[in-house]
Amino acid sequence: MNKSVCIDVQDLSVKRGKSLVLDQLSFHLEAGKIIGLLGPSGSGKSTLLRSIVGNQIITSGSVTVLGQSAGSKSLRRKVGYMTQAASVYDDLTVRQNITYFANILGLSTDEVNRVIQGTDLAEQASRLVIDLSGGQRNRVSLAIALLGNPEIVILDEPTVGLDPVLRADLWDLFARLASTGICLVVSSHVMDEAMRCDQILLLREGKILAQLSPFELMQRTGATDPEGAFLNLIDSGTTDPQSDAPSAPVSVPRHRAAVEESK
Amino acid sequence: MMRRTLATAGRVLNQVRHDPRTIALMLVVPSLLIGLIAWIFTDTPAFQRIGPSMIALFPFVVMFLVTSIATLRERRSGTLERLLSLPLAKGEFIFGYALAFTLIAIVQTLIATSFAIWVCGLEISGSFWLLFAVAALDALLGISLGLMASAFARTEFQVVQFMPALVIPQFLLAGIILPRDQLPSVLESIGDWLPLSHAIDALSDVAAGTTDSATGISMLVIVAWIAVALLVGSLTLRRRTA
Repeated sequence: MNKSVCIDVQDLSVKRGKSLVLDQLSFHLEAGKIIGLLGPSGSGKSTLLRSIVGNQIITSGSVTVLGQSAGSKSLRRKVGYMTQAASVYDDLTVRQNITYFANILGLSTDEVNRVIQGTDLAEQASRLVIDLSGGQRNRVSLAIALLGNPEIVILDEPTVGLDPVLRADLWDLFARLASTGICLVVSSHVMDEAMRCDQILLLREGKILAQLSPFELMQRTGATDPEGAFLNLIDSGTTDPQSDAPSAPVSVPRHRAAVEESK
Repeated sequence: MMRRTLATAGRVLNQVRHDPRTIALMLVVPSLLIGLIAWIFTDTPAFQRIGPSMIALFPFVVMFLVTSIATLRERRSGTLERLLSLPLAKGEFIFGYALAFTLIAIVQTLIATSFAIWVCGLEISGSFWLLFAVAALDALLGISLGLMASAFARTEFQVVQFMPALVIPQFLLAGIILPRDQLPSVLESIGDWLPLSHAIDALSDVAAGTTDSATGISMLVIVAWIAVALLVGSLTLRRRTA
């Protein structure tokens, strides 16, 4: 395992009630790239992200973040997490929200100003969150996740419900963040967004369908758009005789090898 | 420790500040109800007996409601999950809330007590400081029980139902409607263990100027209930959830 591995997941399973939400996932992620976690609603994306943050009770397996077990006390300053619902206080202003979380982290007003600028919220800073649009609310939540320059940033569907211009702006921001060498994981159920990532982790029904680059995705499936590529992968996955085996899909290491080759 | 507790208390107070209607209701309604009771009992000596109970009741009931709903909102909005993924201790979260709401409760008690004394003619023979200490304890009791209740509710509808379930029986058995020593013996002994009974006993003692060791024991019983409820409440704040 090389040194730039920031998240290492081994045989991760999560059961909720009787249903298996995540089924023996194994993969590792490298820093300095935008990693897209893609899959339809209900595929287990949020559960996987919560497992990485350490908020999820896991049934078996291990999640190692920056060499430590996920959820370790020392990781709480190093992991920025934006939940799927914008976890902000409606009855506070943008600045009051961000300042509160900055105080919890022991950060200065400069840092509050920095993330407000970085998420383009300067004009809304003194407005109550309840009066903001959905996209602006999401950006407040994102700003909080970016406080203190965390080494790992986990964003759960940050672009959902945004207009195309804002969406493009956010992806540009993600690219800038990733280029600083942090480990950025972004989930989405919009397949088109896969093309903005450096690497894609495709999740379906709690299993990893593939881990590959957007280029490889298109090349392997021969599809003309990401949506079609995903459907092709599902088709080939269900006809795969190994697919109902209890272990992780055997195809994963092959994709990993493919990633190594492409370097 | 202090910084994050104070930041949390400040944040909660900021939230309340943006909601002037809630502030008005919290500060004015207790006085209006005390005034109504005083009016009902105009020609009887009963207000002198019931008035202090009312001063004990309001911080408890109002803080129970406000805390249970506020913490339920934290759980449901995802802000609690976010906070617990940060370096915030559960105790800092709880004491932040307790500090903010106790401050509000003290202002509320100040207004309600002033109204009861100067407008309704209630006589307080004991120490004002002790009166505020007991009222603040009552508020803390409401806060801690509210925190606990929020853990067992999934919706706002449910959490509001905890108020009749947990608060009204305590009110009925506290001796306001019928003195506790005249209740059937089973109910009397249940009433003797409930925290609101002791809150009302202690406040009545202070009002009548008859504070003694029993008053101290009552305050200790309240403190014990607060400690247990906070412990149970903090156990329900989990960093990892299913």
